[in-house]
This record gives sequence, structure tokens and C-alpha cells, in this order.
Amino acid sequence: MFESLPPALILVAAAILIGLTRGHLRTAVVLIAPVITLWAIWQVPDGVVSTLPFLDYRIEPVEGSALRRLFATIFALMVFVGGLYAFRHARWYELAAGYAYAAGAIGVSFAGDLITLFLFWELMAIFSTIVVWCGGTPAARAAGIRYAIMHLLGGVVLKVGIEGVVVHTGSIDIQPMLAGNFDTWMILIGILINAAAPPLSAWLADAYPESSPTGSVFLSAFTTKTAVLALILLFPGEPVLIWVGIFMVMYGIIYALLENDARRILAYSIVNQVGFMVCAIGIGTEMALNGAAAHAFAHIIYKALLFMSAGVVIYRTGFSKCTDLGGLFRTMPLTTVCGIIGALSISSFPLTSGFTTKTMISQAAADEGMVIVYFLLAAASAGVFLHAGIKFPWFVFFQKDSGLRPKDAPWNMAVAMVFFAVLCILMGIFPETFYQFLPYATDYVPYTAGKVLFYLQLLLFSGLAFFLLLPLMKRTLTISLDTDWFWRVLLKRIGAAGLNVIAASGNRLAAAFQLWLSSLHRFARRYIGVSETGNQRGVFARTWPIGTTAMWIAVLLSAYVLVYFVS
Amino acid sequence: MNESREDEAWLARPATIRLLWRVLWAVLALTVVAQLVIKVKGYYAVDGWFGFGAAFGFISCLLMVLVAKGLGYVLKREQNYYRSDDNDV
Repeated sequence: MFESLPPALILVAAAILIGLTRGHLRTAVVLIAPVITLWAIWQVPDGVVSTLPFLDYRIEPVEGSALRRLFATIFALMVFVGGLYAFRHARWYELAAGYAYAAGAIGVSFAGDLITLFLFWELMAIFSTIVVWCGGTPAARAAGIRYAIMHLLGGVVLKVGIEGVVVHTGSIDIQPMLAGNFDTWMILIGILINAAAPPLSAWLADAYPESSPTGSVFLSAFTTKTAVLALILLFPGEPVLIWVGIFMVMYGIIYALLENDARRILAYSIVNQVGFMVCAIGIGTEMALNGAAAHAFAHIIYKALLFMSAGVVIYRTGFSKCTDLGGLFRTMPLTTVCGIIGALSISSFPLTSGFTTKTMISQAAADEGMVIVYFLLAAASAGVFLHAGIKFPWFVFFQKDSGLRPKDAPWNMAVAMVFFAVLCILMGIFPETFYQFLPYATDYVPYTAGKVLFYLQLLLFSGLAFFLLLPLMKRTLTISLDTDWFWRVLLKRIGAAGLNVIAASGNRLAAAFQLWLSSLHRFARRYIGVSETGNQRGVFARTWPIGTTAMWIAVLLSAYVLVYFVS
Repeated sequence: MNESREDEAWLARPATIRLLWRVLWAVLALTVVAQLVIKVKGYYAVDGWFGFGAAFGFISCLLMVLVAKGLGYVLKREQNYYRSDDNDV
């Protein structure tokens, strides 16, 4: 009985307990609950563990597989390190929302059917919105509302697709499908909205950087990677994903290059990295899916590490813009080193987790003979080093001397960062240990002398390009327009213009009415006259002499008699 | 704001920066020259060429920076752009 309960419920309970407890007890809940969750995750065997009757369906709240356990594991690990990073600084409701949000992600990981998946999907949408709101500023509130609208919309699209599939196939099972008809397209689009795929990717860079320094660490991990898992489960080998992924990769690089806000740079590079995974899922071979899963795992770690280092900077200085920052390496050596390790990992430098996981995706593209995809991914790898690998640490920690001399990270944040930094390196040095947890058995060898040399050339010459082109990348106090411009500005302008048209036509209508009224008035004055002034009466309102009256009576009477006799 | 000369960090000194540049050039040269010894197999003929990774990385980055720069003229807006006509959302 106990094994059949979803491990996600442990975190839901923890989220409630965080609200009910105080002090050390709350700290204990924050730190112990993810460990118990982790244990529960590894108790889940392969296959469907439990079924429940729901309406006319048999739902499967817990279904295990190597892939599902892998994602659930990294989510639980993320909760633990995120909790450690946040527990002394975040408000209790942010922690509770973060834990409930993570519960949603772990729930999706083990969801055996589409109904359960949808339920936990919406749990994530709700509580991630609350995490965004915990940023506490008016900008965070507004961004949170935009974020919620986008995700509720995505949820509705997903639900439409699920209903369609259930009605037309009668099956609520989670099984591989291709986007061939309306229903499956709706499911695919619903998932891709959460993956921050084009054209609806703007929510990510809009909302995440508005959250609190601790909140963004949670946000960076769950929503997009749950979407990656859902894509692996539902759409492996769907060809359209290859190009969606390539677009995301390039979009992330270009926008990150234009960006001035440190956390927004990292937000764009989430889209970039998820693009690699989406592309791999599109390729769809065992090597590619292994690569997508492995890269998601590694990505959560180094991306959280990057957000943690940025979070420490914001926590200590209150600044997040590159134009305000710089030279922080002097007083924040640990944060600098951790940020650099995260940056090297995301750039897939040899001996980091990025190298041992991302090269699997390139390998898969090459194995399938996808020449263009392979070279685009290679170019993108160079671009990642450019926009995240060097740009982020350079502008935040080096660059110029901003004059800021903040203290280094508080102890709990430092421990959390070091933990993930060490994992980045360990996964880079001992990849085989990690590979055995991947969904498919693999004998992939990441380190061959030739490959390492190729990547070193690629990355180091990207570094050279960065420093030579630095004058072209001067930071400006700007933001970059994205597709959300269409609804944040254009739609608003169209709405305002529509209101103006209505108001103008209303005015014209009112003017016409006035005209009609005054002509009526003129008519009345002509025949009835103005009541107050006795000498200006109209034709029918005048006092006539008695003789005229008698004459008219005589005329009427004669007319009457005439008619009487004639008829 | 202004640091006095003696407590300026080692990494920020002009001499250090000159040294780092020299080290960078040396390492770059080394990675290319190393290809004489270590064979880069490559998946296709072209990516096994001498110094291909170096040229490919550099040119890719150059293109991406230029594209970003170009798009920047179209896409960049003053940072309070949305705040000015978006404050009621």
C-alpha cells in the first residue's frame, strides 16, 4: 500500500508542514523531506505500480522506469540543494510553494496516464506562479500574471489534446505518438509551451528574472525539464522537434548576447539548452534519447549552480544588471569559482558534466547522418560558450571594477553551490558511473583524444572571438523585444484603437442625435411655438380672433353636411 | 571607488592582463598545433581538417555576434519600455 503512493505526495506533505512549523523544525522538514522523497523514488520498480478507478478510467498514479526515476531523482536532488540554498533567506511561503511545485514535477515523472500527468502539470503551473510572485515587486506581480496566463493557456491546449486522444482512441495511456492529427498536435503544443519553444518562449525570460534570488533557483529546474521528460515519453522521434530544438538553441544565444540582466542571460540560456534536448528527442534514437535525458540531468545541476551564483550576487549587492556589476571576484572568490564551474559545464568543456552529456546528442546526430544538424549543434556549442560560458562570469565577476565589495556567500548558499559544483566535475570525470542510470544501455565513450581536441579548439577560439569582439558587445541599458510584444503592446494598442473607434462612432452618433433633436425642436417651435414668450407662438398655438374660429367651424360643418349627403 | 595602486587585485593589473593574453594565444596555438600529433577523426571529412574546430568556432561566434548586433538595432528597446505603457497589467 505504502509503495503505491506517488513519491510526490511526500513533498506535498512537506509543503504543508513548512507552513505549520517554525524554526529548527521547519529547517528539518525542508532538508529531510527531499531525502525521504529520494528514497521513495528508488523504491519505485519498473512498470505500473498502482491503479485507481477514476470515473470510467483506470488511472495509474505511479509507473516506474529508468527514465522516470532519473528525472525524479534529479528533481528531488534539486529540491534538497534548493532548500539548503534558500531556507535561511526565503520566506516560508516561497519555500512551501517551491516544494509543492517540485512535487508537481516529480508527480509528472511517475504519471502512468494522461489524466495524472495533467493533474500534476497544473500543480506545477499554480505553484510556480506563486514562486514568481514571491519576488515581491510590482514587476514580479505583473510578470507572474503573464506567466500564469501563458501556463493556464498551455494547460487548456494540453487538456484539449488529451480529451481528444481519450475520446478517439479510448486509451489514457502514456505511449509514444507522433503529431499526426489535431489531438496529438494539441498535446505537443501544450507540452512545448512549457518547454519554452517558439513562438511562446518569452514567458521564461520574462518571469524567472523577476523572482527572488532563491525563487529563480527553483524555477530554473522544473517546468522546462518536465516538458522534456513528457516529450521523451510521448513524442520520441517526432521530426518537427529537431527544427524546433535548433531554433530554440539559436534564439537563446542571440537573445542572451543582447541581454544586460545577469539572470535574464541565464534564462535565455535555459531556452538554448532545452533546445539541445528537444532536438535530440526529435532525432529519437536510443543514443539521442539517452543524450536528452543525460543532458537534462546535467543541465538542472549546472543551471541551478549558475542561478545560485547569480542569486548570491543579487542577495549581496541588490544589483542584477551587468552595467551595475563587475569586479566582484575580489571579495566573492567562492561564488566566482562556482559560477565559473557552472559556466564551463554549460559550455560542455571537457571534464565537466556538459561535455559528457551534450556530446551524446552530437554523436546521435552524426550517427543518423544529419550533417546540417550536427554542424548547427557544433556552432551552437561555440555560441553557448560565448553567451553563457564567458559572458556571464565575465560581466558579473570581472569586466570593470564596479566598486562593489560585497561579502561572499552565506554558509548555506556556499555549501549548496559547492555541492553542485562538485557534481558538475564528478559527472565530467566519471561519466560511466552516471551512464548506467540512463534509460538505454550505452557504451558511449565521451573522451577520445580527437574529440577533446576538437572541442578545445572550438571553445577556446570562441573565447578568443568573445574578447576580440568585446567592443561590439558593450552593455546597454536595454531590453529586447520578443514575441510577447504582440500581446503586451500590439494587442493593447489594437484594443485601445478599437475603444477609440467605438468612442468616436459614439460621439458621431451623439452628434447625429443632437442634430435630429434640434430639428425636432425647430419643427415644434415653428408649429407650436415657445411657451414662455406669448408673442412668438407657432401656427397652432396662436390665439385666433373669434370671427376666424366661427368661420372655420362653419367650413367644417358644411364639409360634414356635404359628405353626409354625398355618401 | 578608486583603488589605490597597492591593493588592486592581481587579476586586474595591466601586467597580469598582458600575461593572460599571452597565455591565451599560446594555448590557442597549442590546441591547433596538437592536431599534428593527435588525429581528429571527425564524423565527416571536413571536420577532421587541420584547425577546423578553431576556424569553425571562431567564425560561428563572429557570425552570431554580428547577427545579434544587427537584430539588436531592431529589437532593443529602452529598459523601461514595457513599464511605461504596461503598468496596468
